[in-house]
Amino acid sequence: MDLLAATDIIIPTKLLVWFGLACFFTALGCSQVGTFLVMRKMSLVGDAISHSVLPGIVLAFLVVGTLDSPWLLIGAGLSGVLATLLIELIHYRSRIKQDAAIGISFTSLFALGVLLIGLKAGKVDLDPDCVIFGQVEYLQGYPRVEWWGLEFPRPLVSFAVVGVSATVVVAVLYRILLVSSFDPSLAASYGYFPAVVQLVLMGLTSFVVVSAFQAVGAILVIALLILPGATAYLCANRLPMILLLAGVHALLSSVGGVWLALSLGINTGAAVVLAGGGLFTLAWLFGPVDGVVVRLWMRRRAGEGREPVSACE
Amino acid sequence: MNMILGAGLSGLSGLTLALIASLALGLASGLLGTFVVLRRESLFGDMLSHAVFPGVVAGFFLSGWLAREGWVENAKNPLVILFCALVAGVLGAMVVTVLGNSTRLKQDARLGVVLSVFFAGGIALFGFGEPAGVQGVLYGQMAAIDATDLRLMLGAAAIVGVAVFLFRRPLLVVSFDEGYAHNLGYPVTWLTLMFSVLLTMAVVVAMQAVGVVLVSAMLITPAATAHLMTDRFPRMMVFSVLFTILASVGGTLLSGSISDFAAGPVIALCATALFVVAYVFAPRHGLAARFWRDRGQRQRIQRENVLKDIYRVLEREGFPAEGVTVGAFEAERRLDREGAERELKMLEHAGALIRRNGGERLVLSEEGWRQAARVVRNHRLWELYLTNEAEYQADHVHDDAEIVEHLLGEEAIQRLEAELGFPKTDPHGSPIPQPSAPPIHTTS
Repeated sequence: MDLLAATDIIIPTKLLVWFGLACFFTALGCSQVGTFLVMRKMSLVGDAISHSVLPGIVLAFLVVGTLDSPWLLIGAGLSGVLATLLIELIHYRSRIKQDAAIGISFTSLFALGVLLIGLKAGKVDLDPDCVIFGQVEYLQGYPRVEWWGLEFPRPLVSFAVVGVSATVVVAVLYRILLVSSFDPSLAASYGYFPAVVQLVLMGLTSFVVVSAFQAVGAILVIALLILPGATAYLCANRLPMILLLAGVHALLSSVGGVWLALSLGINTGAAVVLAGGGLFTLAWLFGPVDGVVVRLWMRRRAGEGREPVSACE
Repeated sequence: MNMILGAGLSGLSGLTLALIASLALGLASGLLGTFVVLRRESLFGDMLSHAVFPGVVAGFFLSGWLAREGWVENAKNPLVILFCALVAGVLGAMVVTVLGNSTRLKQDARLGVVLSVFFAGGIALFGFGEPAGVQGVLYGQMAAIDATDLRLMLGAAAIVGVAVFLFRRPLLVVSFDEGYAHNLGYPVTWLTLMFSVLLTMAVVVAMQAVGVVLVSAMLITPAATAHLMTDRFPRMMVFSVLFTILASVGGTLLSGSISDFAAGPVIALCATALFVVAYVFAPRHGLAARFWRDRGQRQRIQRENVLKDIYRVLEREGFPAEGVTVGAFEAERRLDREGAERELKMLEHAGALIRRNGGERLVLSEEGWRQAARVVRNHRLWELYLTNEAEYQADHVHDDAEIVEHLLGEEAIQRLEAELGFPKTDPHGSPIPQPSAPPIHTTS
């Protein structure tokens, strides 16, 4: 944010494209994985994971010293899986219900992560603010790479790799995820062990969460995971369509969000989420399947259909 | 009252302020946390803590503006901030409800949507300039709390405490059984709304102490710890308040030796540490207690199985007064010498078995006889019940009886016997023993 304020000149188009692409790739991966979280009623497990990866990221960062290393992904993946294991451990081995188990696990891991940052505060360039706010704006401070004559900051490449590969993994596992989300017993009879599918999904979530973490900050990751899927769910009935619309939501909210951020001078992550929230509200009101207007209209039409019958009597 | 309180508070040292803040935190979030955990609404609490955030930021702006206009003295007026927070919190809760009534989205997705969009709204408000003091709300400020913040915390905590005390019964009934509350004529909608308002206040208090994200830690962890420690609700409330205060005071003191910034996370981790201790050592629901209970159960079942086999050998050999040989026992249990010795030692240790002739002859003590006869009777009665009453095939009943024989209590047995007309033999023709009768062979 300060970086932007300091430049305080007309934002070059290049910067706009960079921010937009960074947000889009991040949101794309999250939207595809997150749609399944919404379908499986596990949105808040996604939230828990997005907070729980913090200690893994911080530890990996303290060891390797840069923010765009694959070790961060591994660290995050491990602590994400640790979070799911803790939830199960508390939930199955005591009388504590699942919702409380989620709360206990993710707050503990998040606190651990913040504490680690606090202990090292000032010594490394990882500060609590980037955990809360994300740091798309810092993209321009990174070294550039050249590709086909175009210039990109290096983290953008890793955002793209994560976003695209998550989408590809979801496409490859599509059938398994579909069956196990909607008919667990059928999935089990096919030999897709529910526990394994669950763990894969959690691993995938941790994977996309890491780049989302850097883009919009720990707290808003949940928005990138949930908003696209929830919005698409109000607009379509079939899963392929829902996934496609979730991708469109990711694109629109990224572009709209970056535009909003740069024109109003607000935090990019928050702006992307607000744009996504705006799209959600539109879908809520006008969504072709489950929108408020459609429902009212159908109710009225149903009412009209009955009227002649009562007139006959 | 605010003025007096404020004047009194401003003279105190940072540590004293933090300790008083801990009391407020315990009263507000510890008390409401018990309801949150029992209602299984932990994630509703999490949503609320994020949804309140834009309200708090707006409250900072509003009270700053009011101060500039001369309406209020302080640029950080607690009443204004609390009011804005309440508006945002109630609005968030209402959006979740309305979304639920008008779409097919499940509760978890609705909470996620509201949580993130509201929080993003709060962050976006920073675009108008970051109000002083908002950092304290984001990260918590237990170690650097000032008199104004403390007034806000104490006020909100007092309201929560009084309201929960006055409405403890309706709140409890609504939390456990909404339908029953309806039948009693309670205004359920209003009580639910009141609960949301109180929870928002508790969230504001906890936010001051540990920051937005860790509010959940304060709402859930101490209450869950208390839930492991006791089955009674009033006691759970007291425990939860105490654990919250303990975690808060401990965390504040500990973090003082690390850095100011760390207070929130350290408080949360202290709460987690208390939870871990309760998870392992809680008197009835802890891991250790359950392990010992299960172990005792397993040992009893194994003892009964061994006794049952000895009884069977005795029965086959016509209850000889000199007991059974170790060899016959080994054959019946399908064990080698070493395994047999282990089981016999266990029985001897429990006082169920006496060994004669240099250990070669096994005789049941009176206690051992009673236990053996009881389990054999249970087994045979249950087999009879399954064949006669439940119309099982006679060759399908043994496995079920193997399990049930250990579980039947005296009362169930008496009813079973009466039901079956005090039978003498089981479906396979073996006699059903009476444990009250003296042993057939003598132990002298």
